[in-house]
Amino acid sequence: MAFTETRAGTQKTSWLAKNKLNIAPWLFLAPALLYFAIYVVVPIFESIWLSFYEWNGLYRADGTSTASWVGFENYVKLWDDPKFWISLKNNVLWLVLYMLAVPAGLFIALFLNQKTPGMRLYKSLFFFPFVISQVVVGLIFGWFYNPDFGVVGTIWKALYCEETVNILGNATFKCSRAAPDILSSPEFATYGIIAAGLWPQIAYCMILYLTGLNNVAADQIEAGRLDGAKGWKMLWYVVLPQLRPATFIAVVVTVIGALRSFDMIAIMTQGGPFGSTNVLAYYMFETAISEYGERYGYGSAIATVLFLIMLVYISYFLWRMYQDEKGAH
Amino acid sequence: MFPKPIENSSATVRTGYQAFVPVALFIWLLPMVAIFMTSVRSAEDINSGNVFGWPSEFALVENYIAVFERSQAAMYLMNSFMITIPSVVISVALACLAGYALAIYRFKWALPLFFLFVAGNFVPYQILMVPVRDMSVQVGLYDTIQGQVFFHAAFQTGFCTLFMRNFIKALPFDLIESARIEGVSEPKIFWYVVIPLMRPAIAALAVLIFTFVWNDFFWANVLTQGESAKPITAGVRALNGQFVNNWHLVSAASLLAALPPVVMFFLMQRHFIAGLTLGAVK
Repeated sequence: MAFTETRAGTQKTSWLAKNKLNIAPWLFLAPALLYFAIYVVVPIFESIWLSFYEWNGLYRADGTSTASWVGFENYVKLWDDPKFWISLKNNVLWLVLYMLAVPAGLFIALFLNQKTPGMRLYKSLFFFPFVISQVVVGLIFGWFYNPDFGVVGTIWKALYCEETVNILGNATFKCSRAAPDILSSPEFATYGIIAAGLWPQIAYCMILYLTGLNNVAADQIEAGRLDGAKGWKMLWYVVLPQLRPATFIAVVVTVIGALRSFDMIAIMTQGGPFGSTNVLAYYMFETAISEYGERYGYGSAIATVLFLIMLVYISYFLWRMYQDEKGAH
Repeated sequence: MFPKPIENSSATVRTGYQAFVPVALFIWLLPMVAIFMTSVRSAEDINSGNVFGWPSEFALVENYIAVFERSQAAMYLMNSFMITIPSVVISVALACLAGYALAIYRFKWALPLFFLFVAGNFVPYQILMVPVRDMSVQVGLYDTIQGQVFFHAAFQTGFCTLFMRNFIKALPFDLIESARIEGVSEPKIFWYVVIPLMRPAIAALAVLIFTFVWNDFFWANVLTQGESAKPITAGVRALNGQFVNNWHLVSAASLLAALPPVVMFFLMQRHFIAGLTLGAVK
């Protein structure tokens, strides 16, 4: 520990001793605060600042940056950039459809909230998809959607195709309708990726609700039963109000998950076909570090827009926390 | 308890439920089952189109050995451990200190600084990407394991501090008060009084951060270029390009990438779930 002795007995320590409750918190905080500031807080402002520049990430020989000030030009360009609007539209789509994870998670939690033998193991196995990397989830679903040898393709063959064997003994398929290639279709690819993303997210919401259901007050349920409430009514009027904290966290993590969606898109479509599955997170990455040279300024402008959207949710979350803190005192 | 305990229902309903849960689980985990079954198939099965039927032979060991022999999977896995473990240690340690400061001392900056950590933990990665990448290039941390460790540790400190502060806040304050009256120094209170009580929180955070950092893919792409510092998540993607249509090998590699967090989860399940609720769902 860097700060061991506060009671040596000299003049200086008596000042320290008097003020130790004022100084101590800063000593405890300093390492985390400094480190967090360097890697998280300062870069946020740097990014916003950079969004008013045009910069390819290079430095001159004397160490000065080659960035040049362009004012709001990057934002004006964004306004006229169809790819930006597609990404934004897809982000909205993600936000809306990803929310399905919350009721779906609740549904599974209600289904599993029993105490029959082996239930604990079942619950944790249901939670499985959340633990594995989204890269892996993306690969699995990419393969599922494959029209030639994926699940979709196989089901399709069973429904619409006839197998013919030629003289050489090779099987070929004649299909009345071609199998859908979900991830290559500009219309459906985003839905395909969101469906894949829902799988782990539902698992996450489920575990939040299972924890919440554990703490639902039994006497209120009993009181509800005596009043003749059951089924949906009981769920809506008695149980859900008590699950509010769980719902709150589930919504928060789902919003963040939706806006952070990057891994699956990078794995499954890389924003394609024709940019139709881009979201701001991926479009920013693709723009800032592209094969055609870095565009740090423009990328930062996209990142700033994404940040501002997130800021709405962050502010709401902090406000809620602030209310709780006030209530606690 | 809601819904109604199934024990109170008729025997038919009970048996029906108990029979249905495993079926539902199987459907739910079908993607995992499918990928596992694929990873034990032989190349002949894949080529002849037997992707869903019963495997003609089991090639579990062969496939996994092939992944290690024909790719740099071992290096990627090693990198992942070398990135993840130090990140967990650093962020949890810093958060213990910061969480203690924010929970125990009453000073006017306590709440604003706490909110700074909370807000920072929720920002989109992209807003940090360019400056962090530029900084890493400047100080020679680009394309290194350490560069990734430093970033992950710093970023996860936000979440860890959120968690630790709430956890310590819920501890009985009298303990600290009475230690102070006895003249115990602040660092000693932290070390001998608070840390022992924080063990469950430390365990919860450790498993959770392990999973978060292990599964990172974005920063692996931003902060590395070559193969030498790539973690397994980025590695699996590279393998996917390398093993085109060798689905049995891609599946095996994917399962290898997924395995360590899964093992962590099963070993420390209780702690893991406590961590996921952000310490907020009591």
